[in-house]
Amino acid sequence: MDNTRFRQQAVFMRSSLFDEGFLDEQFIQLEELQDDVNPNFVEEIVTLFYSDSVRFVYNIERALMSNPPNFTKLDDHMHQFKGSCSSIGAKKVKEECRRFREYCAAENLEGCLRSFQQIKIEYTTLKKKLESYFK
Amino acid sequence: MIIITQPFFELTALILAYSPSLSLTKMDNGCFSSPRRDFPAGLRVLVVDDDPTWLKILEKMLKKCNYEVTTCCLARHALNLLRERKDGYDIVISDVNMPDMDGFKLLEHVGLEMDLPVIMMSVDGETSRVMKGVQHGACDYLLKPIRMKELRNIWQHVFRKRIHEAKEFESFESFESIHLMRNGSELSDDGNLFAIEDVSSAKKRKDADGKHNDKECLDPSSTKKARVVWSVDLHQKFVKAVNQIGFDKVGPKKILDLMNVPWLTRENVASHLQKYRLYLSRIQKENNQRSSSSGMKPSDFPSKDQGSFGFQNSLNKQQNDVSNDSYNYSDGSLQVGNVETKSHEGDPHGIVSQSTIAKKGRLLTGNIADTNMRDSLRVGLNQHFAPLESEGNHPVFNCSMPTQYSWTEVPCMQLKEEHKSYVHLEDSFSKLPLHGKQHPIHVDQSQSVASINSTPSITEEEVAACIEAKPLFTDYKNDYASSISSIGNAVDSFPIQPGSLIMNDQSSEPISTINSGLKTQGYNNLSFISDLELYQRNLLLGGEANTAPLDEDLHFYWLQGERYNMNFGLQHIGMPEYYDPGLVSEAATHLYDSNDYSVIEQGLFIA
Repeated sequence: MDNTRFRQQAVFMRSSLFDEGFLDEQFIQLEELQDDVNPNFVEEIVTLFYSDSVRFVYNIERALMSNPPNFTKLDDHMHQFKGSCSSIGAKKVKEECRRFREYCAAENLEGCLRSFQQIKIEYTTLKKKLESYFK
Repeated sequence: MIIITQPFFELTALILAYSPSLSLTKMDNGCFSSPRRDFPAGLRVLVVDDDPTWLKILEKMLKKCNYEVTTCCLARHALNLLRERKDGYDIVISDVNMPDMDGFKLLEHVGLEMDLPVIMMSVDGETSRVMKGVQHGACDYLLKPIRMKELRNIWQHVFRKRIHEAKEFESFESFESIHLMRNGSELSDDGNLFAIEDVSSAKKRKDADGKHNDKECLDPSSTKKARVVWSVDLHQKFVKAVNQIGFDKVGPKKILDLMNVPWLTRENVASHLQKYRLYLSRIQKENNQRSSSSGMKPSDFPSKDQGSFGFQNSLNKQQNDVSNDSYNYSDGSLQVGNVETKSHEGDPHGIVSQSTIAKKGRLLTGNIADTNMRDSLRVGLNQHFAPLESEGNHPVFNCSMPTQYSWTEVPCMQLKEEHKSYVHLEDSFSKLPLHGKQHPIHVDQSQSVASINSTPSITEEEVAACIEAKPLFTDYKNDYASSISSIGNAVDSFPIQPGSLIMNDQSSEPISTINSGLKTQGYNNLSFISDLELYQRNLLLGGEANTAPLDEDLHFYWLQGERYNMNFGLQHIGMPEYYDPGLVSEAATHLYDSNDYSVIEQGLFIA
């Protein structure tokens, strides 16, 4: 009984994640990769992503604080971060990354800062959601 | 019969089963004609990506496709893996943005050295990037996020390449019989053929071609794909033809006609031309970027007997230069050209190039290299380098470089062994004319690279040695810093050396020693490459600015050198920059510094 409920919850959570645009089809791809050999594949990947992307976040923050701002470097870091986000299908985060890169190209530091704040919000929101989803 | 290395062991086994007498090469053919039963399953993929998340995902995806996956997060490491097991992989998938090396550079190296199909990946799908990828020789360009279905079909690139290889072989006379045999199966035209068929007919072909295969196969002892061996002479002809026609108007057919090599096919020339072009453009780019190379001090290269000495000098120069700027291959080529002519008179080998190198002036500081080299040389080449060893001979070496390279002694030992093995390897390898063959190392790049770099037996030892040596080298950081210049020299000198060494019938030994010596600086590769390059250039270039080919060679050698160094454990210090392709190119350019033509003359060491 409880099990069913959990599963139902999981299903619900999952579809909401998609509906709300947190995740895209890449996540489905990951799910498809999951099999007997790697029964927790998706969770492993997500965990790996979050632990690895921390350094990107750090790099970007540091680059944002540097004076004068080095937009090329910022863009590079963001590019890497974006690539990583795409691995788990973090849709909203990716979107925000794209916006960030636009600000970067325009050398709009203010815009970059704001955008990055948003990125961090999306990033942690998704993390929480996925954590509870996996439980 | 097309000699295609059959990566799939099953296939080989299959072939063997059918024709036990068939040599490996033969099997290749057979393998090719009847690919693995379960092809493309078991395809050996090497994935290179600095993002661990993606690496894991790709690994899983590829495994699901029933491929054999090896993952790697560093481009350097990937190159090592590839070199270690020349036939260990069928295809490489690499990310474009990587911290330690540009994905495109890796792509080039792999293409030139191992001639494996490479697929690029990136989040960025901009047209210009994709174009760049294709220009650098990528088989495909995938956009992240990658779908599994995209990965399922990567085997087509492996297949396509094999067919292409087979076609090239078809041009060989020895393959004529195969053609006859193959009548029905338009292998070359129809990919389906491979899917088949006829093990027995394949066997027949093999038998007939067996001999030919062995002959044609560059590396009969290995399962390497047989390919046209672009020997120094051949390449020289090629470059001459290109220059005659005019680079802009050049076309494979024209080149082929001018070259007048009966067994060479248009396809061979076409693919070689493509590589040459890539090489040239890369050199030019590097040249443009490089600050003017330091004027190579007209080292008083004593064109003494030490032909090798000349190399050393040049190597030294190169080394120095390397540290300073990229090799101007183009420049060098010019010089080399001159040098070549000169050298041809006296020392056909890169001695001339050495002088060129000397011109670079970098080398002079490569005294250190001298010391090291000498030692190393001694180790390996005893006879050959004897002259080199003598103080007098290597003015270059006696230059500035303080013998900080005492530590090189250590590697020397290694070198010794390595040299031997190296030499052997070289022998067995494509026809690197190391021993007694007066051909410059300018063989098919992949070949040379392979031969020089990876001596399977050596590799392991070397690698081990390298690992051990590495810690040693950290101590020498200071030395390294100062010796960088020397390395540059060494690098410079190397290029010539290998050539000259070879010429001197010393077989690769001298080269290897030199390289090892030089490499300790971490530039070993460079020097080695540059040496080879020089050598080749000298040989190949009829005094024309044939930098391009050399550059390629250089790179190869560089790559090889890297390997080589590794092997010798000489790589200590600053190995990180070891793989810096820029270095190599720099070295190359240095070698060819056009200013130093006069030096070249001097440098013409007389072997």
